[in-house]
Amino acid sequence: MRKLKEFIIEKLILVCGLASIFFVVLIFLFLLKEGLSVFKSISLPDFLFGKNWYPISDPPQLGILPLILGSLLVTVGAAAISIPLGVGAAIYIAEIAPAKSKEVLKAGIELLAAIPSVVLGFIGMVTLVPWVKNIFHLPTGLTALSGSIMLAFMATPTIVSIAEDALYSVPKTYKEGAFALGATHWQTIYRVLLPAASSGILAAVMLGIGRVIGETMAVMMITGNSAIIPNSILQPVRTLTATIAAEMGEAVVGSEHYFALFAIGIVLFVISFAVNVTADLFLHKRK
Amino acid sequence: MVKVEVKNLNTWFGLLHVLKGVTIDIQANEILSAIGPSNSGKTTFLRMLNRLNELETNFKMEGLVNLEGKDVRAIDVELLRKKVGMVFALPLPLPLSIFENVAYGVRMHGMHNKGKIIERVEEALKKAYIWEEVKDRLEESAFKLSGGQQQRLCIARTLAVEPEVILFDEPCSGLDPISTAKVEEAMLKLKENYTIVLVTNNVKQAARVGDRTAFFLSGELVELDKTEKMFTAPADQRTDDYIRGKFG
Repeated sequence: MRKLKEFIIEKLILVCGLASIFFVVLIFLFLLKEGLSVFKSISLPDFLFGKNWYPISDPPQLGILPLILGSLLVTVGAAAISIPLGVGAAIYIAEIAPAKSKEVLKAGIELLAAIPSVVLGFIGMVTLVPWVKNIFHLPTGLTALSGSIMLAFMATPTIVSIAEDALYSVPKTYKEGAFALGATHWQTIYRVLLPAASSGILAAVMLGIGRVIGETMAVMMITGNSAIIPNSILQPVRTLTATIAAEMGEAVVGSEHYFALFAIGIVLFVISFAVNVTADLFLHKRK
Repeated sequence: MVKVEVKNLNTWFGLLHVLKGVTIDIQANEILSAIGPSNSGKTTFLRMLNRLNELETNFKMEGLVNLEGKDVRAIDVELLRKKVGMVFALPLPLPLSIFENVAYGVRMHGMHNKGKIIERVEEALKKAYIWEEVKDRLEESAFKLSGGQQQRLCIARTLAVEPEVILFDEPCSGLDPISTAKVEEAMLKLKENYTIVLVTNNVKQAARVGDRTAFFLSGELVELDKTEKMFTAPADQRTDDYIRGKFG
């Protein structure tokens, strides 16, 4: 009887494990099947590097370069803001903050991570967007810059908590060794702690960027959604994610437009897969 | 000449009373070794001399620690730690080349003249008796060295910033007998120019290298005397029992 119970439980756990892999594979296959169909009517280079995204004109023009550049611009902008902010905050929490404010700050960071993206997007729309518009005297505040700032807020908690963890796990002896040589606190942080925690910090940065690339809602609400190649961060852009979210509802099932949106999904999948694998490599190097 | 003067020193970590009224004068150019079972306060005593205990947030002290007649708390902490160098129990090379490990501290204290740095590194490696072993491989990673070599590299790193007092915190606890002998040999030569305080779990090591020996037990200084005297005719029964290995 006991053996039977063991057997059933073991198999159940096995099924759970296999199911997660199975579904991922299924999703990936479905994505491939739908997405690759677009290449019957357009070549891969034309798709990736085509400058025009007019999916409902006749014949449809399905170049996603503006979308890729839009995603890239928003991501780079967000990274430029969130990496220094996040790593700086992590150093402060791990090294400088007194014990009490450390707890408060950590709780605050967790809270920031818990805000739903649509809420952030909404807040950005009513506060940040007019602000950007007025400061830069733009016709509209719905720009890549607004998106970058908003996304930086979403990436920062990820970066802070993982980088803080990496800094915290640097052996105490390293720190003492540097202090005993007469290093100041900043010299110890800069020359010993940061290099020792560098792989963990890089992983934190990659995961933060991964979050930015995949983000849809907030970015759709505040980047202006115009699929043109941007020549400045103060112009409206449209990201890969926002394109899928905005157009999937109106695309005719089985049309080129529909397949093209799935192909965008593949591109996104490849990008976030690459980012995750890179982050993973750094994390494993750390161990 | 008295180099370091410790007067009626009491320390606490939180509620834990670690050192209880310790008074010791450390003479210039001597090796003072501190022995005692674990948790006897000897490492805490050592870390008082370069104020490393202050890294613990719940640390408290009463009493006085003077370096050349000046309260260490009144000395700028980075300058104090430059004057009072420390070598740790486990060799702790930084993930850099052999050369950079030694040059690190020198640069940190504001020397940027390349020729002078090279000079200083070579001198420090020679003083730590490791120059002959590493002179042809200065650009290799410090992790490629053996444990004993790493420990002497750490001694060189400490010497490179030109300290006056060197604190050794169980420097041979992770080393084999041959490496231990080399580190001890280096220490004996170093005392000509430096004042050395050695904390060790190895009673025989204290007997071999110490000019004077201090015996700590439960945070109290039980006995302090010439090493010869201590190991032949200790004044206190507890010292005798510890040296003979009746407890530890």
